[in-house]
Amino acid sequence: MSKDKTSQNILLQVKELQIEGFSDEKWHKIIKGVDLTLFKGEVLGIIGESGAGKSTLGLAAMGYTQPGCRITGGQILFNGENLARLSESKKRKYWGNRMTYVAQSAAASFNPAHRLINQTTDSTVRAGLKNRNDAFKEARKLYEALNLPDPHNIGNRYPHQVSGGQLQRIMTAMAMSPNPDLIVFDEPTTALDVTTQVEVLGAMRSIVEEFNTAAIYITHDLSVVAQMADRIKVLRYGEQVEEAETRVMLESPKEEYTKSLWSVRSLQKKEEVEEDIVLEMKSISAAYGAARVLFDVGIKLPRGRTVAVVGESGSGKSTAARVITGLLPPSEGSVMFSGESLPAELKNRTREQLQKIQMIYQMADVAMNPRQTVREIIGRPLEFYLGMKGELNRSRTIELLELIDLDESFIDRLPSELSGGQKQRICIARALAANPEVIICDEVTSALDQIVQEGILQLLMRLQKEFQISYLFITHDISTVKAISDQVVVMSEGKVVEQGLKSIVFSPPHPDYTQLLLSSVPEMDPDWLTNILKKRS
Amino acid sequence: MHSIVKTILERLGLGVLTLFAVSIIIFSAIEMLPGDFGEAILGQRATPETVAAFRRQLGLDQHPFVRYIQWVLGAIQGDLGTSFSGRNASGVDRSREVVGLIAPRLWNTMFLASMTAIIAVPISLALGITTALFRNSVFDRSVNTATLTTISFPEFFVAYILILLMASLYPVFPSLANVDADTLIGERVYRTALPALTLTLVIVAHMMRMTRAAIINLLASPYIQMARLSGASQLEIIIKHALPNAWAPIATVIAFNLAYLVVGVVVVEVVFVYPGIGQLMVDAVRTRDIPVVQGCALIFAVTYILLNLIADIIGIITNPRLLHPK
Repeated sequence: MSKDKTSQNILLQVKELQIEGFSDEKWHKIIKGVDLTLFKGEVLGIIGESGAGKSTLGLAAMGYTQPGCRITGGQILFNGENLARLSESKKRKYWGNRMTYVAQSAAASFNPAHRLINQTTDSTVRAGLKNRNDAFKEARKLYEALNLPDPHNIGNRYPHQVSGGQLQRIMTAMAMSPNPDLIVFDEPTTALDVTTQVEVLGAMRSIVEEFNTAAIYITHDLSVVAQMADRIKVLRYGEQVEEAETRVMLESPKEEYTKSLWSVRSLQKKEEVEEDIVLEMKSISAAYGAARVLFDVGIKLPRGRTVAVVGESGSGKSTAARVITGLLPPSEGSVMFSGESLPAELKNRTREQLQKIQMIYQMADVAMNPRQTVREIIGRPLEFYLGMKGELNRSRTIELLELIDLDESFIDRLPSELSGGQKQRICIARALAANPEVIICDEVTSALDQIVQEGILQLLMRLQKEFQISYLFITHDISTVKAISDQVVVMSEGKVVEQGLKSIVFSPPHPDYTQLLLSSVPEMDPDWLTNILKKRS
Repeated sequence: MHSIVKTILERLGLGVLTLFAVSIIIFSAIEMLPGDFGEAILGQRATPETVAAFRRQLGLDQHPFVRYIQWVLGAIQGDLGTSFSGRNASGVDRSREVVGLIAPRLWNTMFLASMTAIIAVPISLALGITTALFRNSVFDRSVNTATLTTISFPEFFVAYILILLMASLYPVFPSLANVDADTLIGERVYRTALPALTLTLVIVAHMMRMTRAAIINLLASPYIQMARLSGASQLEIIIKHALPNAWAPIATVIAFNLAYLVVGVVVVEVVFVYPGIGQLMVDAVRTRDIPVVQGCALIFAVTYILLNLIADIIGIITNPRLLHPK
């Protein structure tokens, strides 16, 4: 796409923008003097890790600041008018009219009390752009253009009656309805499964192109932004790192920080074969009440190796973990540990059996008691399983802290005084404290930034080598699987689709589902989305 | 829609079960009260024989289980038995049916409760919405302080203040709310104005604060930010986006307060000499008129159960997840 980049064609210009947020009784700088120029019909990608201020910047582009935030300097010129100086009632004339917003979680961003088509057309009708009937007709056309099923009637449903991917597309329709000049997409596909993401990305891109709408696309995922944006801006700690045309940026990033973002997934473990099976799920079926979730699942975990269980939401991968740990007794089948059958229910397991299998969770935040110090968190399994008390307990805790690359100074901290990555390290140390043979890792890196993820994965691999721990690694992220696994289990709809050594699962021929899953993972190539959509249609 | 009807019928069934359980509790509680109606009426000096004869006459000699069954069977058919009072040792029986005693009093109570509700509920909702709209403003703080003040004073104090202001100093309304079956509706409204106002002042705070809290609680939701970003004004956000999702807790609190208007206003009745059901029950307790006490207690239970049922139903029909299942 060639864009007319003359100054008459500038839609939005942000100059020296400064935003502060209020927390811990103080005002902190969130955006520290950022410039941004957006031409009509252009898509600008904003990329950065959590805390980079990318959402704040995206919202500020609309003249909106979240409660507890304030603009302290700079200008936001939209068609020449400075939104930073405008009262809310004046800005309201632009919102839902000339500029619209697509939020990260469509499920939470739709009002549960109203029908979808009313919400889709609400702002258009309010702004007086169309009457209700015409707006409805237009919305149905948009639904169709966005490949929604039953576009004529889907709008009569309530938000809870459609899937997450559909909601995200309806939200795009809502953003398109007033035919705005600018759409701000704030991580619109982060909450979606990869196979859904492809469709949503395709639909969003084609509709933005069709109406020649300018857009700001915010994400932490490089390969996604590569598909969507004409230009990419990298943000860190509220400051711009660099900005360039997408292809230029992908091929030759200038700054060290950008390069580090690009190279994160170079991590690749060499797979190793091992015959000794430490944990086995034998034809397990399980259900929550009447809803059956697992069907005849058999998974073998070799000693000292990593088995990655990969699948999308609802595939039953976390349920498998609940069965192994005894939280959900299976309706059929059994769990074998070192050749012995484990009692199905948690309460019937002995302390030794409990000790051998430990868990690490996705949300390190909520997996720790916020009122306990690191010493109590790690000390508890030491005392419970190994009977360590007093000075012994303390010295072992410090040893464990050293193992996870933290030092003694952390011992009296509370979880709230730790970063996301440090919290997850403490959770690893807690699992390690029990001297387990198996650790079940349930999406342990999903909530973390890429660079932090890499550190955690490397730590896990080092611990495996040192202590011969076996990991059952549950994840939806293919690149994580490639990085750490020896064997891979692909799950879908409660069944195992395929399993085997990483090299075998990841090389063709694939069963249909594996093929769909693997081909849906976005790649850095800016033409990837175009090619994959062409191939599938 | 079908599943909603089913849910409502289920709740209704549960309500009947609850009522049944409550009837057992009422009966046994009264059974366990110390003292005896016979002795209370005949005095300490009555011979054991007269007391026994009197008890036989009232049916008190029968096993409690038998009496319970008789009472419940009667109650199902709308017969709450015969009052103990109006009898004496000489055998003269001027006693009245409990239903006949309760009915006019219940009507009075319902009248006062409805009148209060008609004033208090709209005021509470309006104040709740406007305080949420102008959150942390001077208006919000004054309303909160004022309602908290009225709820903090004892009811009789509020009542006497109102009498002082609106009956003595500026005689707008009568200080006595004595009505009977022949009082015309307009006159009734006029005479019950002060008790209704007193009760309004007592219950507004609770309902208004709940409305405000329920709405403000929702204002942090992502869909509210979404509504703002689609250009909705603050009023529209509250009325159209927050309120429809806030009905369930609001309805619960309204039901709770309406139930209070029926069952808990005896102090106000006494102050204004209003012949409501609360006074009847207190009198009956004093004279150990067990059938009347039981009848009143049963009616109170029905009131609570019905109002809560209605609140539940409102909670269900304002929740699209329940009203429109997948």
